Amino acid sequence: MTVVGIWIAAFLTLAIFSFLYKDNPVYKFAEHLYVGVSAGYYVIYVWSTDIRPLLFNPFVQTHAQTGSWGASLSQNAALFIPAVLGVVMLLRAFPKIAWVSRWPISFMVGIGAGLAITADVQGYLFPQVQATLVPLWVRGSLFTTFNNVLLFVGVVGSVGYFYFSREHKGFLGGLSKIGILFIMVAFGASFGYTVMARISLLIGRIHFLFADWLHLIR
Amino acid sequence: MNWLAKLEKIDRRWIFLGVALVVAAPLLLGLKTSVDITPPVKNTYETIDRLPPGSVVMVSIDYDASTMPENQPMLLAVLRHAFQKNLKIILMGHWPLGLPVGTLGLDQVAREMHKTYGVDYVNLGFRPGTAAVMVNLGTEIRNVFPSDYKGVPLDSLEMVKNVHNYNDIRLLVGIEAGDTYEFWIIYVQARFGLKMAMGTTAVMAPTAYKYLQSGQLVGLIGGLKGAAEYESLVNHPGIGLAGMPAQSAGHLLIILFIILGNIGYFLSRRKKA
Repeated sequence: MTVVGIWIAAFLTLAIFSFLYKDNPVYKFAEHLYVGVSAGYYVIYVWSTDIRPLLFNPFVQTHAQTGSWGASLSQNAALFIPAVLGVVMLLRAFPKIAWVSRWPISFMVGIGAGLAITADVQGYLFPQVQATLVPLWVRGSLFTTFNNVLLFVGVVGSVGYFYFSREHKGFLGGLSKIGILFIMVAFGASFGYTVMARISLLIGRIHFLFADWLHLIR
Repeated sequence: MNWLAKLEKIDRRWIFLGVALVVAAPLLLGLKTSVDITPPVKNTYETIDRLPPGSVVMVSIDYDASTMPENQPMLLAVLRHAFQKNLKIILMGHWPLGLPVGTLGLDQVAREMHKTYGVDYVNLGFRPGTAAVMVNLGTEIRNVFPSDYKGVPLDSLEMVKNVHNYNDIRLLVGIEAGDTYEFWIIYVQARFGLKMAMGTTAVMAPTAYKYLQSGQLVGLIGGLKGAAEYESLVNHPGIGLAGMPAQSAGHLLIILFIILGNIGYFLSRRKKA
């Protein structure tokens, strides 16, 4: 990173951190700049790596090879389908004809659902259920036995907690209480990991300020 | 309990300042610590270590600058290990804003280890359509990426001349900051049987453990701690290991806050009763 780049990054880092004291115009500037730059970068990136090489270049290349726009259009006719669907998607911005944008959306939902239904069953439901079908007594390994029982009780308890077709009383009440215990442990683990993640991000920025900007550490 | 009343009304900016100081001090003082290697990270390392030289490893960049402090050290450590073992790297990603970050990392490590573009590594870039892209790569990579990220046709790059789909790839390492890793598992691991390991942000790690337990993942690098472990395994200390004392100090302070908060809560409840 160049010296100018480092100074800009350091200024923007401190500008964002200044929100911790209180909201202020410098923070707002950095926040808006981030959103604007991200959106602009996304558009240019998608244009230069996808839309131009995959949609426009084939027409230009075919024209260069054949010398005829007619041949170029006919040979790349299939590209009109995604192009038209893409343009139609943008019609959401015009309320009177916004309904047309439902066509590409339905196309996407159809493909998404088609891909997801089988994939979810094959790649999520079955392997996860299979992973809970473990022997509850493992000869010679008390630790594995304990783990497997814990897994079984945790799964049954948590599923029991989310069974809402009957009032949680009696056996179901007890089961759901066990389920809550496991769910709370899961929340605790998630919270702990979240703290770790946020501290890591802070370490990253402070390390950048001390090492790359101020050269206080190597 | 005068101190308790004061504690309840403490300006949260003091807490921010406390966390900042506690995190900054170990970095400034250059404190060092060793890390214990956990089985999920060790498994990732061993899986890569066992691959024969010349094997193709696909690395998916599914994060961007917002989680760079956690994800980038993992990427660098994994790439160093893979290049050390003379493995071939195909870089791609599903986060358009992340690809430049991944490219920076790949170029940096390739330069350090004198690797040649097109011979030792290839950068495919980004295509929109996550699940559709993943499924199509299983048929023919060229259907999705006819050229690399600079527009060079894949067939002109020596390394990928004979790489057509997941059958030609030995391992996928996803560096992840969102739910894209679940797409990899359900669309690719389950359907095509591709072996995969994930490097995730710490927030995601607890959710990813279930795939480790079910055997759908061979390894998991969780958060900066995971990155530090991998740095330790490849014997190349970076920001992961440098950040561990600060990480521990930050955690201790948070634990102290939690204890104080709970004491305050129970004492005030007793007072009200």
